[in-house]
Amino acid sequence: MPSIKNYQKALLIALPLALSACGDDDTREVIVEVEVPAPVPTPVDVSYEVTVTNLTNGQPVSPPAIVLHTEGTLWALGEVPSVALERIAEEGTSDEFLTLGTVSAGGDGPITPGNNQTISVTIQDITNAKLTIAAMLGNTNDTFSGLSAWDLSQLEVGDSWTTNSPAYDAGTEKNTESAETVPGPATGGEGFNPTRDDTGFISMHPGVVSADDGLSTSALTVDHKFDNPVIRIKITRTE
Amino acid sequence: MKPINILSAAAVLALTSQQSLAADITVEVQNLTHGLYFTPIAAVVHAPDVSLFEVGEAASTELQMMAEGGSIDGITTVANAASADMISNPAGGLLAPTMKASGDLMTTDGNLMLSVVAMVLPSNDGFMGLDNWELPTEAGTYTVYLNAYDAGTEANDELRGSGAPGMPGMPVPPPLDPLLGTGGSGVAGADSNATVHIHRGNIGDDSLTDGKSDVNNTVHRWLNPVAKVTVTVR
Repeated sequence: MPSIKNYQKALLIALPLALSACGDDDTREVIVEVEVPAPVPTPVDVSYEVTVTNLTNGQPVSPPAIVLHTEGTLWALGEVPSVALERIAEEGTSDEFLTLGTVSAGGDGPITPGNNQTISVTIQDITNAKLTIAAMLGNTNDTFSGLSAWDLSQLEVGDSWTTNSPAYDAGTEKNTESAETVPGPATGGEGFNPTRDDTGFISMHPGVVSADDGLSTSALTVDHKFDNPVIRIKITRTE
Repeated sequence: MKPINILSAAAVLALTSQQSLAADITVEVQNLTHGLYFTPIAAVVHAPDVSLFEVGEAASTELQMMAEGGSIDGITTVANAASADMISNPAGGLLAPTMKASGDLMTTDGNLMLSVVAMVLPSNDGFMGLDNWELPTEAGTYTVYLNAYDAGTEANDELRGSGAPGMPGMPVPPPLDPLLGTGGSGVAGADSNATVHIHRGNIGDDSLTDGKSDVNNTVHRWLNPVAKVTVTVR
């Protein structure tokens, strides 16, 4: 049976109860097929470097969550966000989101405006994983940016791809911009709150208004306004 | 969400498909915004020399009718006169934030360009638009992101008012009625640029009873892009 992979022929000594028509010896030779595990191949590392650059004027980007998964989406525009995404969008906390995929890597501290951070992530043997990224704009109620289920099979070793990403609204918290509800350094308000009091679905973000531009309850200033895009993402497959 | 099939064209083209350049396509429009509604969508596949709007040129009266009041009657007349193929009002009315609507059509030979328009609400004469996007000939799925434009035909006073062409104010259909304020004094929003241009956005205010604008500044502003068009070519 040479066509069957991962099987090896084995010669066994069968006991007399086997075949009555065979010779006069108490032991007979029969060839049987038994399943023997093929040699386990050495896992091949497939590694990526993801560089996130903060394009905004006055919005810190929370430590980006980088997740590789094999199917579906971890967030999508028009969908109800998971609590894991809500924790990123309202507070910048990615621990729960980082458990969602096959492998993941979190950023090391926030990215201040104009700066960037490179995060490495390695998956074994899989070259067609999907890449999802999420990070909060800190001086907002529930704004995040990122990438959803980008197909990594497009990258050979050494290839890079760069994109600019817009601001999304998680839809889980009204955009009051108040000092009590915005957790970033501009205000120091509350982070995650399980109550959802906004649209309930992910959309593009309408932008922060700020007190300077007519929202009297806002603790934000013109310093915190942004336009799209808000982050740049560069993905390089390194091995 | 009833797609308009150009059945007669499809039947004819089925007999002559070998030498035809007709394409069987689906056009899906998604409203990407947090709080804007789209009025009935017109997706028109037309010849290269036809245009529903051009940035930097004055809006046609048919475009004005769509951008100020959401009526695609004029656009339909233009499309018919140009022997265009059209998906008309695939959402069956307003397309709410993040919702999708799609329709199918079989393009007529020579109709190679896709244009898509719908008014964005609340606005005086804002619309999302795709202008003469060349349909790919290779089968596949293609994505285009659309910006919001200002038709340049009406001052952006951001007050409740009329959807009739040339009349001030914004039309306020039922889903938007409870979301908008009243009693605004009016934004000084006359157009410096009277041609079709990228919309500067709503300014809004945070009062439901007075202030300058009847638009809510935390809900009805937007940043581009505002719409995603996904075209499937078979």
